[in-house]
Amino acid sequence: MESKFYTKDKQLIIKITEEIDDHSVQKIRREADYEIERNMPKTVIFDFNSVTFMDSAGIGLIIGRYKLASMLGAKVQLANLSQNVKKIFEMSGILRLIPTTTLKETTA
Amino acid sequence: MNEEYENEMRLNFLSKSSNEAFARITVAAFASQLDPSIEELADIKTAVSEAVTNCIIHAYENKIGIVKIYAKLTQNEITIEITDSGKGIENIEIAKEPLYTTKPNLERSGMGFTIMESFMDTINIESIVGIGTKITMTKKIKKQHKKSPDEPTLATNKI
Repeated sequence: MESKFYTKDKQLIIKITEEIDDHSVQKIRREADYEIERNMPKTVIFDFNSVTFMDSAGIGLIIGRYKLASMLGAKVQLANLSQNVKKIFEMSGILRLIPTTTLKETTA
Repeated sequence: MNEEYENEMRLNFLSKSSNEAFARITVAAFASQLDPSIEELADIKTAVSEAVTNCIIHAYENKIGIVKIYAKLTQNEITIEITDSGKGIENIEIAKEPLYTTKPNLERSGMGFTIMESFMDTINIESIVGIGTKITMTKKIKKQHKKSPDEPTLATNKI
């Protein structure tokens, strides 16, 4: 996981660079929470451009970060979802709650 | 029945979460002999990952046990059996319900069985409390450009 915080518009981009499963998710969760709490962003964007695999652990990951961000007054967006990742999020219904977007450059 | 496309394999490993990736990649590599599409391969990997994760965090509850995988290829179908000797599922119908989880504190979404059901063609769950659980899943692989059996498969590039 890599992250970059843009102070001007208080945007935190969290780029997930590993496969997301029950094993990897614990570290991603810890690091993402740290960055969110440290930067207090207005928007948190999770960039999935480099995610080659995700199972249902990804649903719990995003719901958990969404709860934390909402508590701190931040909005969450999901960027660059592959077909497979999108299919899993759609099944869980969280795309009705969290908007998707496209990030041109993966600067995080 | 075309005998050339029949094959089977067995895999036993410790119920450590670091083996989740190992298990799904191994089954996908085996399944690639049927020349699946990238999407079919992704479906198989996801279903295996869900079943193995269940063994590790629910059946063995992070104590070390053995997870067994048996996979069989026939002409155009893969059958995958994933077995543990863990605590078993008390009520399978409830466990299968979307969003049902006994571990919300671990941020588990309760979508594991729903994903297995929708990504595979069939799923069968057998479980005895205190003895263990066996998940059997099958998926038909749609015919694409079938290679001749002696031609080396390039499908491993997709894994």
